[in-house]
Amino acid sequence: MRFQFVAGEVAAGLRRNTTMVVAVVLVTFVSLTFVGAAALLQTQIGKLKDDWYDLVQVSVFLCPTGSMMPTCASGEATERQIDAVRDIIDTELADEVEAVYLETKADAYDAFTERYPNGYQGTQLTEDDMQASLRLELADPEQFAVVSDVLTGRDGVELVEDQRAVFEPLFRTLNVATLLAAGLAGVMLLAAVLLITTTIRLSAVSRRKETEIMRLVGASNLFVQLPFLLEGAIAAVTGALLACLGLWLAVRFLVTDWLERSVDWVAYVDSGDVLAVAPFLVLVAVALAAVSSVVTLNRYTRI
Amino acid sequence: MIRFENVSKVYTRGARPALEDVSVDVQRGEFVFLVGASGSGKSTFLSLVLREHRPTRGRIYVAGRDVARLSSWRVPKLRRELGVVFQDFRLLQNKTVYENVAFALKVIGKPRSVVRDAVPEILDMVGLSGKEKRMPTELSGGEQQRAAIARAIVNRPQILLADEPTGNLDPTTSLGIMRLLDRINSTGTTVVMATHDDEIVNEMRRRVVELSDGVVVRDEASGVYGERESILPEVGRSTVLDTPARGVRRLSAIRRPGHEPARAFTHGEA
Repeated sequence: MRFQFVAGEVAAGLRRNTTMVVAVVLVTFVSLTFVGAAALLQTQIGKLKDDWYDLVQVSVFLCPTGSMMPTCASGEATERQIDAVRDIIDTELADEVEAVYLETKADAYDAFTERYPNGYQGTQLTEDDMQASLRLELADPEQFAVVSDVLTGRDGVELVEDQRAVFEPLFRTLNVATLLAAGLAGVMLLAAVLLITTTIRLSAVSRRKETEIMRLVGASNLFVQLPFLLEGAIAAVTGALLACLGLWLAVRFLVTDWLERSVDWVAYVDSGDVLAVAPFLVLVAVALAAVSSVVTLNRYTRI
Repeated sequence: MIRFENVSKVYTRGARPALEDVSVDVQRGEFVFLVGASGSGKSTFLSLVLREHRPTRGRIYVAGRDVARLSSWRVPKLRRELGVVFQDFRLLQNKTVYENVAFALKVIGKPRSVVRDAVPEILDMVGLSGKEKRMPTELSGGEQQRAAIARAIVNRPQILLADEPTGNLDPTTSLGIMRLLDRINSTGTTVVMATHDDEIVNEMRRRVVELSDGVVVRDEASGVYGERESILPEVGRSTVLDTPARGVRRLSAIRRPGHEPARAFTHGEA
């Protein structure tokens, strides 16, 4: 009885305020699309960084088998060569280098299989295809040139790489885009709250007589307010679901079908990431509706 | 059933109190008329019973509950013990008679079977059986008030509050409504009715509580409406009222030599 009654009231309310409800759906749709886009941009940044990115600034790749570099003429870097490099780091670079991590071929393979469980570009690699490296954490990240000068050309060292030089500009761009999306999302969310508030208020005013009778015959506060709460929530959640659908389509067609085919060496966000963001978007929608309802209903349907 | 103990109600600070030091005790099953001029505090009295407002001072007990101290979330439970009818019926215009009455049960979560049994029974009692499917606009004023009464009592409240229920009705229809209220009262429901209708009060001979400027000035069993204030203040001959108006007939004119006698003024001439 209760459920049927509330459902009937909600349906009636949604029908009566169709234009406002559509407006709420659209505004939440747009705002949550921006929220979702910001979240996906951050996910993308996370995918571009490997496990070492936030920890170290310099990667010293040790000679693998078959390297053409002159320093690798003796073949794969030996234990002695590695120890020699570490000695140099500990003595000559003691001021610059804060910490040293050795990533063995086995470690590298583990990290690789974790990132690319289905192989890289269609090829399954083995542990022997991996390259051991020393990862250096610098006291001052700007000191890369000093470290590079000292270590480049040592026996057993194939390449010294400042990994920030590659990705930092891209990350900066993505972060700016995230901020932009989040900023727009904030403005749109505010608009959504105001719009939901107005919609609920209109709905409450148009059903003033009903709610007055409900109060007088002793309907509980929750029972009086529930239809309005649900109206706001349904509109907002519909907007959220549309946002999820929009993001999913964007990722599917823009990223998976287009970007991934053009530039294929990067791990991109995929539909799975959209699904991971979706519950969060729905939660935000519910929270929006709840906040707006609490603000409005206490004024318009007080016992 | 309803007890007011030294109750005062001030709506805005500094204003004249709407009720001042009112003490009234209404027993279970009583029928009480609340009379007094507009603004005397009748509606405030009823709204305090309903806990639409809290008293500024004093204690109010309704159906065993201390209303002034009742927390907001318990108010609905109190109101389920109360039925209310108004001068303007307050039926929902987009619902049929049946739906209007069923609404009162549905919104307090009564199961469908209860609604199905109770609504026809109560409509029969108020004399509206056969008119379940009519919309309020298709009913006469008296029938609308009967529907409103049905809605008020369908949940079998202990107390029925009526705020000038006959105020919009002609004397014959009013009498029918009063018979209905009397019958409801005879089933044990306490009835408190605010009214201006002296004929009804004089005929029913029930307890009368008279309010004037927020103070109880009379409380008598089997009372009458009492002295009405006359509409115009009584005045003797006043200069304003007795001054002859224009257009008064003048019977003679002053004759002047050499002039035609002036024609007598007749009514309507300047």
